[in-house]
Amino acid sequence: MKDYSFLSLVREGLRGHTGWPRVWRHPEPKQSYDAIIIGGGGHGLATAYYLAKEHGMRDIAVLEKGWIGGGNAGRNTTVIRSNYLYDESAAIYDHALELWEGLGRELNFNIMMSHRGVLNLAHDEHEARDLIRRVEANRLNGVDAEWLDAEGVKAFCPVIEISKSARYPVVGGTLQRRGGVNRHDAVVWGYARAADRLGVDIIQQCEVTGISMKAGAVTGVETTRGTIRAPKVASVVAGHSSIVAAMAGLRLPIESHPLQALVSEPIKPVLPCVVMSNAVHVYCSQSDKGELVIGAGIDHHLSYTQRGSLNIIEEQMSAIIELFPIFSRLKMMRQWGGIVDVCPDASPIISKTPVKGFYINAGWGTGGWKATPGSGHVFAHTIVHDEPHPIAAPFALERFTSGALVAEHGAAAVAH
Amino acid sequence: MFVIECPWCGPRDQSEFSCGGEAHISRPAERSDMSDEEWAEFVFMRTNAKGLFAERWNHAAGCRRWFNVLRNTSTDEILAVYRMGETPPDVSTGLPATPCGEAEIGSGNDAAKVMVEAADGTTNTRDTV
Ligand SMILES: Cc1cc2nc3c(=O)[nH]c(=O)nc-3n(C[C@H](O)[C@H](O)[C@H](O)COP(=O)(O)OP(=O)(O)OC[C@H]3O[C@@H](n4cnc5c(N)ncnc54)[C@H](O)[C@@H]3O)c2cc1C
Ligand SMILES: [Zn+2]
Repeated sequence: MKDYSFLSLVREGLRGHTGWPRVWRHPEPKQSYDAIIIGGGGHGLATAYYLAKEHGMRDIAVLEKGWIGGGNAGRNTTVIRSNYLYDESAAIYDHALELWEGLGRELNFNIMMSHRGVLNLAHDEHEARDLIRRVEANRLNGVDAEWLDAEGVKAFCPVIEISKSARYPVVGGTLQRRGGVNRHDAVVWGYARAADRLGVDIIQQCEVTGISMKAGAVTGVETTRGTIRAPKVASVVAGHSSIVAAMAGLRLPIESHPLQALVSEPIKPVLPCVVMSNAVHVYCSQSDKGELVIGAGIDHHLSYTQRGSLNIIEEQMSAIIELFPIFSRLKMMRQWGGIVDVCPDASPIISKTPVKGFYINAGWGTGGWKATPGSGHVFAHTIVHDEPHPIAAPFALERFTSGALVAEHGAAAVAH
Repeated sequence: MFVIECPWCGPRDQSEFSCGGEAHISRPAERSDMSDEEWAEFVFMRTNAKGLFAERWNHAAGCRRWFNVLRNTSTDEILAVYRMGETPPDVSTGLPATPCGEAEIGSGNDAAKVMVEAADGTTNTRDTV
């Protein structure tokens, strides 16, 4: 298959774009594979790609019940940052950020990675103290982080109101310059194309309905398209993690909630970075098309319906207007929801399980997009070696028994 | 948005309530000799059902009392409301045909759509229902 380049773009432009080949195959599932990845979201496809690229495995299938990128990968607001408080989190999220930095070139796919900076606002002295503590912790871990006072915030993002009489006055903020946003579909398609080129079978419209096991070891999966055998099976199904784990007789500490986002009508460039606020509880960025992309917190009830309740949207809208009064007359164009898999300590599970050959990557909740490359990378290592990658080790399932939680709730600023 | 029927106040908007999560998890009686695994099960592990689900709600901006709700989490249909300490009543509802599938009516999920491949090799999506 051809590489994408400036030359190929010119050539195809001249022939009316009639010569672009299909980007990945649509193979029929084989009877067996060396490894099966359940779930064709960002994390599943990244896992398959690194299994093939870094570990030389070729006989891999990614099984997706809908179409790839139709889950949270295609629904998230793509905020990327690595300024988490704890060492374990900083290690995995910064590992991911380093991979993001070179990913477009590596995949030969424009993922529209934009390191435009992520600003976390502090609205009172207590919050400022917490955020400064996080900046220092980040620096000790080699993660870029800065504290800006109110004037510094204004200089970096002029549209923010910093007057002392504002409802939520801005006393300062943290800035991670390497943070930013990218294009969700492009990441999914880029990983899919690169994995397919390495021989990975991407099988859509194939739902896993059972995990086959013998003597405590996995032997394959039952699907809506028949039985497929494999000595290694990895579940990367985000909102459906508890359901797939239950097929292997396992219980997880996860609850699935709707998380909503919305976009405004497009306007001229006004917001040069990502702005997040914990106290007002909303975050916002502007897409290249000019739409404001706005997100906030989960719906608190458990649900699998990929739609949330209106009162959450109302809270989100009032929060954004507190923060940016100038947006008050913007019309919102689209709203949607995804089902996020929330862990009690707001950290993921990247783990072996009591079932031999069955691995779980789950619990990324409201903030897993940013981790996609890092998660796939360390999970592939964990699957191949049947031993956790050092970065993945703290995120094992056993932590809920040992009590060694990585409690990022609150510690890491708004969880996205 | 749900309309939830508080057993004391009647039907009210969801925004008046707060959700208390999975119902019928009882605190273990013999706490002193419980293993770490048993504690983990009680404190952290959850059913997270797709389909029939018993949960607790609190009428936080109303009478402030707790009660149980039976809901289908694959459609959000509320099937029954019953008081704390009572056992869930028998109900029937449309469930997904497969564990991770979608109910035929009421699922908000795009995954219920199927991909159709056109003669020219392009793929597209359409609704099944
Ligand atoms: C509205 C919203 C905003 C968000 N914003 C951000 C953000 O700004 N920054 C950030 O870092 N994170 C964000 N997130 C979180 C992020 O999207 C997720 O943590 C991450 O995408 C999850 O990994 P994934 O891409 O692999 O998941 P998914 O794309 O959901 O992939 C899981 C796949 O598994 C498939 N599947 C499920 N069950 C089965 C089965 N039985 N058989 C086969 N396939 C199955 C599903 O169809 C799905 O395609 C947001 C999420 C939402 C919903
Ligand atoms: Zn009431």
